[in-house]
Amino acid sequence: MGSALPNRHYLLRQRDVADVHQLAVYREHGGYTALQQALQANQPDQLVELAKASGLRGRGGAGFPTGMKWSFLPKDGRARVLVINADEGEPGTFKDRELIEGNPHQLIEGMIITCFAIGAPESYVYIRGEFLHGYERLTAAIREAEEAGILGEHVMGYDFSHRMFVYRGAGAYICGEETALLESLEGKRGNPRSKPPFPAVAGLYGRPTVVNNVETIMNLPPLVLEGADWYRQWGTEKSPGLKVMSVSGHVNRPGNYEVPLDWTLAELIEAAGGVRTGHAVKAVIPGGSSMPCMPASQLDTPIDYESLVQAGSMLGSGGCIVMDDSTCIVRAVARVVRFYRNESCGKCTPCREGTYWLTDIMDRLERGDGEMRDLDTLLDVSDNINGKAFCALGDAAVGFLVSALKHFREEFVEHITGQRCPLGARQYDTVNH
Amino acid sequence: MSEHKWPAEWQEWAEASRATFPNAQSSLMPFLHRVRTQRGWLPPEALDAAADLLGMTRQHVDSVVSFYTLFRSEATGRRTVHVCLGLSCMMAGADTLMENLEQDLGIAEGQTTRDGAVTLLEAECLAACDLAPACQVNLVYRGPVAPEAYRELLEMPVPEPDAWAPPTTPEAREATHRG
Ligand SMILES: Cc1cc2nc3c(=O)[nH]c(=O)nc-3n(C[C@H](O)[C@H](O)[C@H](O)COP(=O)(O)O)c2cc1C
Ligand code: SF4
Ligand code: FES
Repeated sequence: MGSALPNRHYLLRQRDVADVHQLAVYREHGGYTALQQALQANQPDQLVELAKASGLRGRGGAGFPTGMKWSFLPKDGRARVLVINADEGEPGTFKDRELIEGNPHQLIEGMIITCFAIGAPESYVYIRGEFLHGYERLTAAIREAEEAGILGEHVMGYDFSHRMFVYRGAGAYICGEETALLESLEGKRGNPRSKPPFPAVAGLYGRPTVVNNVETIMNLPPLVLEGADWYRQWGTEKSPGLKVMSVSGHVNRPGNYEVPLDWTLAELIEAAGGVRTGHAVKAVIPGGSSMPCMPASQLDTPIDYESLVQAGSMLGSGGCIVMDDSTCIVRAVARVVRFYRNESCGKCTPCREGTYWLTDIMDRLERGDGEMRDLDTLLDVSDNINGKAFCALGDAAVGFLVSALKHFREEFVEHITGQRCPLGARQYDTVNH
Repeated sequence: MSEHKWPAEWQEWAEASRATFPNAQSSLMPFLHRVRTQRGWLPPEALDAAADLLGMTRQHVDSVVSFYTLFRSEATGRRTVHVCLGLSCMMAGADTLMENLEQDLGIAEGQTTRDGAVTLLEAECLAACDLAPACQVNLVYRGPVAPEAYRELLEMPVPEPDAWAPPTTPEAREATHRG
């Protein structure tokens, strides 16, 4: 059993407080007092230490320790830049959208605190182009903050000035990768850059840059107010705190759930109303479609970063996709590899060509036209992408496929020997394709 | 030289974009978004205007436009319906929803109706899997949309381009009328 749920939301504040996206309401409920405390104390380094002590880890996918990331900035006197990754395109993940739409001021407050900590006079939010409502909410909140003297010259009257910009993406999953994001923010095609140099050394326009996810930075205001020990009451030693998990697929109440990181997958699914009535769980992808799937026998796994890795998957962005026993795994895999084929930026051959071949073979298998040797080819092609592609999209493209072949191989074989889907999924869903 | 060549609002937007972002390079995508919202898509003259007003080559503008799915240089209807076919939406019947729309509109995914009213497009995960099957109409979310309730998407009120650009060349018209 994981730790008890707190009796309030710390990130999804809109669940407890109506209209908290408005500055007046946000302030009535303690908004911007953390920022004021931080500016009053005037000890930027202590804020970096606080982030380190809390054990907060990046919520964008890689789970990198946030305070450590900030301390990689070279101490060479150059002005730093904070870029917020609000591109949220990882299939199964929808937390940043709800956080931005419902609680934009907490993001702004977290950003200013972070920028004060690292010494950044400017920050950017790179927001997914499709998030029109979120964009409008966020720009309106920034305007409110500017008018109230929370942004601009002398933030809240203190000796710190800050400008914030919002930049819209335009439909490209790869722009969630941090270096592709920086290219796009510079007005170019979103092709990933080679690392090194890392963004901390040469990021946006060559400046020292920190890229952090929306949810990561929204943890700062409560952290400043409550402290590192408070944060560590949830989760594990290495994965402390609360995480907003997006639960979708065959559950009774799909949605975002802000839960302690020591909960199990089973507890999370229970919180989301349980699996569809009359069905049993077949497989779960715990962290967005880039992560390997886990069979029902592993539902007792806790969702902290380490436990999920040990179980053969990853927490990723926290997009938990639940598939019940009516799901055709072959069809699900076909859909996911097609996503990566569509979204491959085309820069490197293993990913560009490999995702094409995988899609081709998976479509054939799904139609019932596959042959046994296709299964070996799938693994061969995956091997040639995994670890050999220019950016992490390559590895992401094969995680679900390889894990599905491991846990549900017999289902692939049945599609070949029976020359059709044993579950009839195709007949039901894709009449004309 | 560019003073009289382009609509006044385009000149204003170009200037506003350049003023908003400290680095001029970053002004391209914000400018394109504004024109896209106004016209429904990016007609060729908009791409020329972007190059001219922002001091870039047309080649650079084209290379950027072709990378992003929301920047369409192909004639697009007044109403763009994006149906998410991502995994969670697929499990909720998104493919059937798409087929129902195709049949009703008499067009295939990727096409525009003859009268220019609707463009039907497939979307990847729209980060709204809690609303599966999820859709966007002119970037306004709708969901869950049951496959048989597809007409909602054609009838719901949404902001439309206030100066929609109908296709201008015979080739472009042909492309639009493909359905
Ligand atoms: C293909 C790909 C897509 C990604 N998409 C996102 C995204 O949409 N949002 C995000 O925050 N991070 C995304 N990431 C991770 C970012 O590269 C980066 O690690 C993250 O924004 C860092 O922030 P964090 O340390 O706060 O997690 C993606 C990575 C890859 C390889
Ligand atoms: S791995 Fe794929 S997305 Fe990444 S650089 Fe290569 S082609 Fe582009
Ligand atoms: S799969 Fe459709 S919104 Fe995520």
